[in-house]
Order: sequence, then C-alpha cells, then structure tokens
Amino acid sequence: MTVVRVALPSHLRNLAKLTGEAQVEVVGEPTLGAVLEALEASHPALLGTIRDRETGQRRAFMRFFACGRDLSLESLDAPLPGEVAAGSEALRIVGAIAGG
Amino acid sequence: MAGVRLLVGTAKGAFVARAGADRREWEIDGPFFGGWQVMHVQGSPVDPDRIWASQWTDWHGQVIQRSDDGGRTWAPVGNAFTYASDPGTHLWYDGTPHPWEFARVWHLAPSPVDRDIVFAGVEDAGLFRSTDGGDTWQELPGLREHPTGHDWQPGAGGLCLHTIIIDPGNPQRMYVAISAAGAFRSDDGGQTWRLVTRGLRSEHLPEPEATAGHCVHKLAMHPSRPDTVFMQKHWDVCRTDDAGENWTEVSGDLPSDFGFPVAVHPHQPETVYVIPILSDSEHYPPDGALRVARSRTGGNTWELLSKGLPQQHARTNVLRDALAVDSLDPCGLYFGTTGGHLFASSDEGDSWAAIAEHLPRIHSVEVQVLT
Repeated sequence: MTVVRVALPSHLRNLAKLTGEAQVEVVGEPTLGAVLEALEASHPALLGTIRDRETGQRRAFMRFFACGRDLSLESLDAPLPGEVAAGSEALRIVGAIAGG
Repeated sequence: MAGVRLLVGTAKGAFVARAGADRREWEIDGPFFGGWQVMHVQGSPVDPDRIWASQWTDWHGQVIQRSDDGGRTWAPVGNAFTYASDPGTHLWYDGTPHPWEFARVWHLAPSPVDRDIVFAGVEDAGLFRSTDGGDTWQELPGLREHPTGHDWQPGAGGLCLHTIIIDPGNPQRMYVAISAAGAFRSDDGGQTWRLVTRGLRSEHLPEPEATAGHCVHKLAMHPSRPDTVFMQKHWDVCRTDDAGENWTEVSGDLPSDFGFPVAVHPHQPETVYVIPILSDSEHYPPDGALRVARSRTGGNTWELLSKGLPQQHARTNVLRDALAVDSLDPCGLYFGTTGGHLFASSDEGDSWAAIAEHLPRIHSVEVQVLT
C-alpha cells in the first residue's frame, strides 16, 4: 500500500470538500491510472471532472504534472516518478490556461 | 416566514435572493460554485427546500448539485448522463453528419408530484430523468430517437433541450422544446413524442413551414389550461390552444417579435409576457430601451412596460430561462440580463427595480413562493 499526495485545482478541492492536498492509498505500483482510480473512489464528487467517466481519457483542459515533468500524454499504466511513490512529491492535477 | 426566494444561475456561479411577501427588501447569498457556469437552478414544487443546480466548465465538465435546505448548503449528486442507445449522428451547422455528444444540462424540471423525480434537458438534445433525487440519471430515449432526430441541427447555442413543461394536473402530459428542432409533446410521461409544429413558419428553413427545424426559444403554459401553450420562437410569438396540434402567430404590435423568454401570468391565463429583442444578430432591445411586453389578450395586442427599467443605452439581452413569475397576488416578475442586472416587479410588471447589479451574465432566474 502506497500513500500518494495529489494536488488539485481549487474548483476540484471545493467540489471534493478538501482544504489541502488529497492523500490516496494505492495498492501495488502507483501508476497514473491507479492514482486517479483511488482518488475518484475516495472522492466520488470528482468522477467525470478530471477524465471521461466512460473512456477514462483525460479531459482536454486537464494536465498531470509531477517532478517538473508533464505526464499528461503518458499511458495510464505508466509508473509515476519515484518521488511521487515515495510521498516526497505530489502528483499535480492542473487546469490548463485557456483564455486570455 | 412567508416570502419569495429567487434562484439565479450565472456564468460565474449561482445566487439565492430572499425577500418577504412584500418583495421590497432583498438579501442575496452567493456566489455558490463561484467560477462555474450555472445554467439553471430550480426547486421542487413538492418540497421547495430541495433545489438542484446544473453547473459546468470546459475544464471539468458537468456537475449537478442539490440542496435540501433551501439553497444554503449544497452537495454534488450524479453527473453521469449516458444516452440509452447509440445516438448516431445529427446534422452539424454545415449540414454534415456530426456525432451526438453530451455537453451539458441546460434545464432542470422537478416533478410536480414527487420530490425525488427530476427531469434534465441536455445538449446534445436528450431528456433524462432521475427518480432518486439526482443521484442517477436515465435517458428517456424516445425523444432523441424521434424519426426526425438525425436531421436536427443546432441553434447558435448548441443542439439543446432547454424547455420542459410538465402538466401538474396530468404529469403524463409533457412539452419540451429543442433548438433548432422544434416543440414536442408526450402523453405518456416522456416515453413517446410527437413533433408539434403545424402552423409555425421560419424563414431560415428551406421550406418555411417544414415540420422540423424551427428554432423554438421558449414555451410557457398556464397550469389551468394545459392545452394552451405560448411560444417565443426565434422570430414570432405564437400560441396553440389544442396542445400543439396547430399554432397561430400572435406577435401583433410588438416592436420586435424576436426574443427568448415567455411567461404566463399565474392568475390570468390570457396575460402573457415577452421581452422584445431587436434581432438575432443584435442581441439587445430595440432603441436601447429595455422593456417588458405584456398582453392581456393572449397575444396580438401588447403594452410595453418600462417604468424603472433603463430606457437608453440598454444593449443587453435576456436569455430564455431568465424570466420568472411568482404566484402571489398581485404577481411578481423577475428577470436577469446578460449584463448582470436582476430586475423585479411586485405589481405584475407595471414598475420595476433592480435588486442586484453587476452580477455575472445571468443565465436563469426562477422564483419560489414560501409559506
């Protein structure tokens, strides 16, 4: 069991009634997909707001960052960086800038 | 305490305004869901403290929230809107086939007889129903599967189901309207639908009197006369007295028959309100004067109500769900503008006052009378 820190944009923190980072428990290797699944299971209000409920695909204006890297285009099965798995870094879910 | 409560949806959140029965002093709460596009906020006629709100953003998609304490606190409910069958395609703006895709919930219609039942009209056009207070949603696919469905084309705002009327005396009887497909009636609780557009004429169609393709902006019905429905169409104000089988234009002496909302007086079924807008490319009132038009004759002859409303430089619009009428006597009227002004009248529209200014763009206004 690994505890992963997840930083959410303010609208999603409000929706999930979080005041800070989410901490989610992941069984097995913490991949992006496993963390999103655990996040949605512990905070069902987030279902559909980060990725499509049916296809699991990331919503167009959402991005996944960690350790200074953009993980948005990586496979859901790809392992997250070691620092995220170790809890020293958060997986950052970010709303893309859109507009002026 | 007896009074009224306004439920206001805006482009950057929802607001709840409360006043006593005299409708003079207003207390405004909000924004709730700040930063979200709130399309519609509507309460249950059975349990007015139960209220639903439809909100979305391009970032996070659709969310529905519910309050069970009159709009003071809210919690998310279900947001899975999955079409019941392969929706196939409708026509895109350029006339080519386009996949049917869920985008957002435009309109919420709580049941007049059951606090757990609420209907949702969505884009791309479909009718959904929840029987558990909004936790889960099931499509009533008979509407989307109408034989004309694959030929429906979106209006400028999208292929949206924006109006749901349920006859409180017979909840099996429903009307809906879709831009730009037309008006539909069901006599079996939404299972099957008839396109009811005979008599409508729209110059934007190759065949102006075609059955499907009319850009209906809003419908309104008086509960005592479920066969009489008033319509604000893209252009033209119309009425039917036979449940949609035949429509007649009643624009009469309006300064413009373009507009979005239409409402019926709660105690006078032949008193109707619209808000004239100059044209479909100039979404503001004629002459820069914001006026509500009232007909006491069921249409054709209209008086323009302007006392207390801005009569110069008013280049603002009033959207289809942004006009509401309360059931007090004399009745109150409320509307919100795209410029963020919320106006109220407590004398059937004779005079008006702004109860809030500089709100975000107002999408919807609903009113509840509390006892």
